[in-house]
Amino acid sequence: MFELLQRNFHRVVPKVDFCSLRYVEEYSENLAVRQDITQPVKTKHDSGMMITVIDKGGIGYAATSDLSETGLNNAIKNAQLWAQRTQNRTITDFSKIIMPHRSGHYTSNMTQAWSQTSLADKLTLLHDEAALAKIDDRIVDWEASLWFIQRNQLYLTNYGGEISQTHHYLLPNIIVTASQGNETQRRSLGALGYCRQGGLEVLEQIDFKGQAYQLAEQSLQLLLAPNCPNKKTTLVLDADQMLLQIHESIGHPLELDRILGDERNYAGTSFVTLNMFGNYQYGSPLLNVTFDPTHSEQLASYGFDDEGLPAEKVYVIQEGILKNPLGGTISQKRANITGTANSRANSWNRPPIDRMANLNVEPGNSSFTDMISRIEQGVFMQTNLSWSIDDSRNKFQFGCEWGQLIENGELTQVVKNPNYRGISATFWRNLIQVGNIDTFQLLGTPFCGKGEPNQSIHVGHAAPTCVFAHVDVFGGE
Amino acid sequence: MQTYFNTLVDTLTTHLTGDEVFLCYFNGEQSDFIRFNRAKIRQAGIVVQNYVQLELIDGKRHAIGELALSGDLSIDGSRMQQLLSDLRAKLPFLPDDPYLLYATKVQHSEKLGKNQLPNVQDSVDEILTTVQGNDFVGFYASGGIFTGFANSLGQRNWHSSYTFNLDWSFYHDKDKAVKAAYAGFQWNNEQFQSKISQSLAQLTLLKRPARTIAPGAYRVYLSPTALYEIFTLLAENSFGLKAQKSKQSALFRMLAASPQQLHSTVTLRENTLAGVAPTFQNQGFTKPDNVTLIEHGKYQSALISPRSAQEYDVITNGADSTERPCSLDLAAGHFAMQDILSELDTGVYINNLWYTNYSDLAACRITGMTRFATFWVEKGEIVAPLNVMRFDETLYHILGKNLLALTNEQEFILSSNTYERRSIDSARLPGALVDDFMFTL
Repeated sequence: MFELLQRNFHRVVPKVDFCSLRYVEEYSENLAVRQDITQPVKTKHDSGMMITVIDKGGIGYAATSDLSETGLNNAIKNAQLWAQRTQNRTITDFSKIIMPHRSGHYTSNMTQAWSQTSLADKLTLLHDEAALAKIDDRIVDWEASLWFIQRNQLYLTNYGGEISQTHHYLLPNIIVTASQGNETQRRSLGALGYCRQGGLEVLEQIDFKGQAYQLAEQSLQLLLAPNCPNKKTTLVLDADQMLLQIHESIGHPLELDRILGDERNYAGTSFVTLNMFGNYQYGSPLLNVTFDPTHSEQLASYGFDDEGLPAEKVYVIQEGILKNPLGGTISQKRANITGTANSRANSWNRPPIDRMANLNVEPGNSSFTDMISRIEQGVFMQTNLSWSIDDSRNKFQFGCEWGQLIENGELTQVVKNPNYRGISATFWRNLIQVGNIDTFQLLGTPFCGKGEPNQSIHVGHAAPTCVFAHVDVFGGE
Repeated sequence: MQTYFNTLVDTLTTHLTGDEVFLCYFNGEQSDFIRFNRAKIRQAGIVVQNYVQLELIDGKRHAIGELALSGDLSIDGSRMQQLLSDLRAKLPFLPDDPYLLYATKVQHSEKLGKNQLPNVQDSVDEILTTVQGNDFVGFYASGGIFTGFANSLGQRNWHSSYTFNLDWSFYHDKDKAVKAAYAGFQWNNEQFQSKISQSLAQLTLLKRPARTIAPGAYRVYLSPTALYEIFTLLAENSFGLKAQKSKQSALFRMLAASPQQLHSTVTLRENTLAGVAPTFQNQGFTKPDNVTLIEHGKYQSALISPRSAQEYDVITNGADSTERPCSLDLAAGHFAMQDILSELDTGVYINNLWYTNYSDLAACRITGMTRFATFWVEKGEIVAPLNVMRFDETLYHILGKNLLALTNEQEFILSSNTYERRSIDSARLPGALVDDFMFTL
């Protein structure tokens, strides 16, 4: 398909300021075992292309799954028509933006291909895992699942740009629900956070086998636990909650299109303004945050973004100081500021916008044991369950599946419904300990929602365990 | 597109072998999308997408595959046949599914929407001309949406609609903005101008100095749009039989031995008849006109997919596999819309809520933010816009013991959701006057 599209595109590409073809082909397979019953096996084969035209200042796109020469011609005609309609009416003169025309190739690392293990063996693996969860009558629901995705992309431009990228993703999950009387509690495998690029070797990397038993035990413990206390205290967040904390209160506020106002009607604006870059104290000096596409197994690693910009590691916050926004070629030009290669689309039928990709908190020097031992009173929280934040990405409230009190330097009582709330602009300044590489985990989520039309996209967040001072924590009813 | 789908399916039927049965579900759209910022265009384009989901069944074994269609009959026909072969190859490796259920009684249906949409160029001209001079940010989606079902038993269903949805905000400063929408089947310029005028009138109020209130309990008015945000959250996991039986529904305490209840004025239905979504689902079952979910504050019934029906040995009511409502209808109350401010007296007028989630799911305790035009009201008069506040409150308070009244008119809300495809969800909701609504931050 790549060769056919290349040939056809270069034959019919119009004489305009800029034209690109972005082709996406995606195959996915979902396997799940719930309560020892194999759930309907689902596959999806999606393919289509988007043509983007910039001409005389205007911009237009056309997306179609008709990949024939006729389909291509129609898409080009429609994209040109939109570029004409928008001339002299756009937020910026798009013809003045120099779009990349780069060439290159990127492929995910994969050592155990999904297809090399039979369907029967994969289902057996899930049955074996799910069976570990039913350890008590109070376990009322349990499920183990694997979601595999292979994505092939081709990006062509009218001045010879040609980028091909292939990604393989594995998204494993286990969810165990316990209930008794009026109480229900659940534990999951990092709320799907242990998703990575690669094949079935990911299961070994994350110690998938046997997790269902531990999660079941923990869900039963939560049933009997008291509510998380209501107080201002020291909060320890494990990596699978740091994922969410980074995402909502660093990632989204630093997206340049939000700062430029594009998202104000839907995903929201940002408390961050352009004049803060280079000088704003976002967090304590322990806070180092990178846009990092170089961890090959992390969910949103890639060679180029969807407008052809090469991806490189960039510090967005260094020693607590805000350095760079998350913005691709078009946003950088509009804001007159440097950014990152993060203009991405979730598929062929949505246009690229500024997204997070991998946004990581760099590890520090403290071991987990040392961090806990230094805390007289506090709460340890693990695995995101609930998230809510205002449209400026400031006032947040997050909840976790698992909580444990810290008393006199030790983890003690399990507590249920652990929640905490704060304000982004001050929360990160209370970062007082950062875990070392042993606490650092490569995590991510396939469900970051944004944009009009809406797009849900893969993002990666690697983080160590971190400690925050003076946080309002509380429990349930 | 209906003929195209039926031709594909008819051809595929000839490729079945033995006792095989297939179910085929189609969804497609042709959509113009325009994104605005600062009364200018940020992105604009057209998306044509068509997907078919094929489920092959042999006895109690089955597998499902989905394909993007190209629109070329010979190409798509070949790919459908290949998909059929791929699914057939999987079946020997799959166990019997005890919860498999599909419709065997043939029930045809056809609902064809009339395309009365405006020319998109005219829409762009009208919108941009009207909003000049204001900080307008928004999104226009328009075009046909097509849904179909067919099976090898001969059943054929088709549903098409042609809608537009302009969803916008006028900004005053930073996060101070008015949100509104104009959606429907046929563009009426007078209605559009009226909606714009109402928005701009509210924007004037937002220019007053903003007020910040201390956390605590306040009397509030929740507009239909604000309630829609709460019901959108509830819709995800509260009304399905699977969620209720597995104790994961946010409303599962309404089914307890000593059940929690909502206010006696709360009656909630999945009102398929009054919605805009198709009346058929993936396994070929037809939805009833109405399913009463909550009646006079008490749990009444669940949305039951065919799979849950088999698992829990009950009869399906045609819910799809997610068991989500898509045409919710909360019965109106007795409190007149024009009396909102006087009935509120002193408190908070909330036009929009945002980013709701559970802080204690078992207790149906929900947190979220106020967003857009939220006002502080004193003695029945709007005094000032309010800076954003976080709430954390259980539904058993909001629509239970603290519910003072529901308005006597409902608002029809068409979802603006466009994840993967343009949504055909809608809701009919009144506004709610609520006492002691808890703000926390």
